Amino acid sequence: MSTATSSNSVGAQRHGPLRMAAEWLADLGGLVIAGLTVLGDFTLFTFRTFGWLFTRLPRKETLLPCFYQIGVLSLPVVALTGTFIGMVLVVQSYVQFRMLNMETRLGAVVNMAIVRELGPVLAATMLAGRVGSAMAAELGTMRVTEQIDALTTLGANPIHYLVVPRFLGCLLLIPALTIMADLMGIAGGFFYSVYLLDIDWHYYLENSRNFVGNFDVFAGVLKSMFFGAAISLIACHRGFNCDPGAEGVGRAATAAFVSSFVTILLLDLFLAIILDAIYYTVWPEGAKIIGCLWHDCLWHDGCLSML
Amino acid sequence: MTDAMPTAEDSNKTFAGPLVRLTGLCVSFGRQEVLRDITLDISRGETVAIIGESGCGKTVLLKTIIGLIRPTKGEVYFDGRNMCSLSEREQTRQRARFGFVFQGAALFDSMTVAQNVAFPLRQHTSKSQEEVRQIVLARLAEVGLPEDIVAKRPAELSGGMRKRVGLARALALEPEIILYDEPTTGLDPIMADVINELIISTRKRHPVTSVVVTHDMRTAQKVADRIVMLYPLARLEPDQPQILYDGPPEDIHRAADPRVVQFVRGEARERIMELREQYQRSDALL
Repeated sequence: MSTATSSNSVGAQRHGPLRMAAEWLADLGGLVIAGLTVLGDFTLFTFRTFGWLFTRLPRKETLLPCFYQIGVLSLPVVALTGTFIGMVLVVQSYVQFRMLNMETRLGAVVNMAIVRELGPVLAATMLAGRVGSAMAAELGTMRVTEQIDALTTLGANPIHYLVVPRFLGCLLLIPALTIMADLMGIAGGFFYSVYLLDIDWHYYLENSRNFVGNFDVFAGVLKSMFFGAAISLIACHRGFNCDPGAEGVGRAATAAFVSSFVTILLLDLFLAIILDAIYYTVWPEGAKIIGCLWHDCLWHDGCLSML
Repeated sequence: MTDAMPTAEDSNKTFAGPLVRLTGLCVSFGRQEVLRDITLDISRGETVAIIGESGCGKTVLLKTIIGLIRPTKGEVYFDGRNMCSLSEREQTRQRARFGFVFQGAALFDSMTVAQNVAFPLRQHTSKSQEEVRQIVLARLAEVGLPEDIVAKRPAELSGGMRKRVGLARALALEPEIILYDEPTTGLDPIMADVINELIISTRKRHPVTSVVVTHDMRTAQKVADRIVMLYPLARLEPDQPQILYDGPPEDIHRAADPRVVQFVRGEARERIMELREQYQRSDALL
C-alpha cells in the first residue's frame, strides 16, 4: 500500500506543473537552438558563395545551361501572369475610379502598382515556384545519391560548381524577368482599359507618364535582384541539407518555396521602406510634388464635395 | 598533435611510411558516436577490406579518410600529411590522388557517361579534347564497357554498368589509392564477381592501394590481402576496442573472437532473440 502511495506521489511529481513548465522550456530552447543553427549554417553558406564569386567564376559551359533554365524558360510564364495581373488590376479598380469620374487615372495607379510592387514580386514568386523548388529538389537528389560527395572527391567544390552558377543566374536574370512582367502587366492593363472599357488612351498614358518615374522602375528592378539572390541561396541551401529519401527531397522542395516566398515578402516590405527613405532624402521635392498633386486632385476634381 | 608522425609536407620526396595512417580517430554525429579510437595503418600497394555489419561505421571511416567527414578527434595522415590540417585548396589537390567508387556509383545524371569519366580530367588537367576522349575510351575498355556507351545517360544503364562507369571515373586520373564503398552490394552474383575481378585486375594494372568496404565475405576473401573488422559501438562496452579483427583473410575463420566467426559465417544467433523481444515490446505498447 505504502509503495503504491509513494509511487503515486512520485508520478505526481513527475507530471507536476513545474516539471511540465521545465519540459516546455526545454522544448522551446531546443527549437531556438535548432533555428539559430540553421541560420548560422545559412550565413556560412552565403559567405562561402560570395567568397567563390570574388575568387573564381564558374566556366561558361556550367553557367549557360543554368542561365537558360532560369531566364529563358521562365520568360513565357512570367509574361503570361504579368498580362493577367495588369488586366485584373484594371477590373478591380475601374468601378471606384468611374464613380469618381477619374478612369484615366487608372493608368497611373495600375502602372505604378505593377512597376513598384507586382512586377518584381510576381517575377520572384514565379521564379521561386518554377526554379527555386526545382533547384532544391535537384540538389537534394544529388545529396541523397551522393553526387555532391562525388563532386568533392573529384576535386570540384560543390558550392563553386553548383551554387554559384544558380546564384548568378537568379541574380542577373531576375531583372530581365521583372522588366518582362512590368511590360506585359502595363500592356495587359492598357489593353483592358482602352479596348474593353473604352478609356481615353491619351490621358491614360499621360497620367501614367506623370506619376510613374524612372526611380519607380529602378526601385522595382533593384528589389528583384535581392529577391533573386534570396531565392537561389535558400533553394540551394535547402537542397544541400536535404534529409535522406524521397520524402526528404519533397520536403526540401516545398520548404524552399515556402521559405523563399516568406523571405520575398519580408524583403519587399523592408526594401520598400528603405527605397522610399532614399527617394525622399535625395529628392525632397518629390514629397512636395505628391502633396501638391493630391491637393489639386481633391479640390479641382471636386472629390471632397462628393463626399 | 600534428607531430604524431614525421610529415612529408614541404618536401617532394616520397614518404617512406604507410600511405594512410589513422590515429585515435573518433567520429560522432551529434550525440551519436560512430567511430571510437580507430588506429590503423594502410601500406602502399596493400588491399584492405573493411568488413562489419550495417551501421558499424565502415562507410563513415572511408569518407573520413578522403575528408568528406571531419573526425571529432584524432588524425588522418595521407602520405605523411595530416589531411585535417590542410587548406581547402591543398585538400582538393590531395584528393586528386584518390579514387572513390560510391555504393550507388553517384554518377552525375545531367551528364553522359563520357562526360562523367572525363570530369576529373577536366577539373585537374589541361589535356586537349582528343586526349581526354582517348583516356575516357581506354578507361571504359579497362572496365569492360563498349565504346557505344559513351553518349548514354546514367539512367539508361544497369546497376552493374553504372558501378563499372563509377570505377572508370575513379581510375581516370590514375590515382594512388582507390576507396570502394560496398562495390558489390545490390548486384547479382555474376556481376558481383565481375566487379571483384575488376578490383583485382585494376591492382595488377596500376600500382594502387585499395580500401574496400564491404559486408560481402566473398568479396573480402577474394580481393583483400588483409581484413579489418569493425563492430557497432552500440553493442560494445565503453572500454572495448571497435576493431575486432585485423589480419590476413585466410585466418579470419579461425579468429578467437566469437563475434568475428559469427559475422564470417553469417549466423544470427542471439539477434533472433533480440528481434523477438523487440517485437513483443512493440506489441505490448500497441
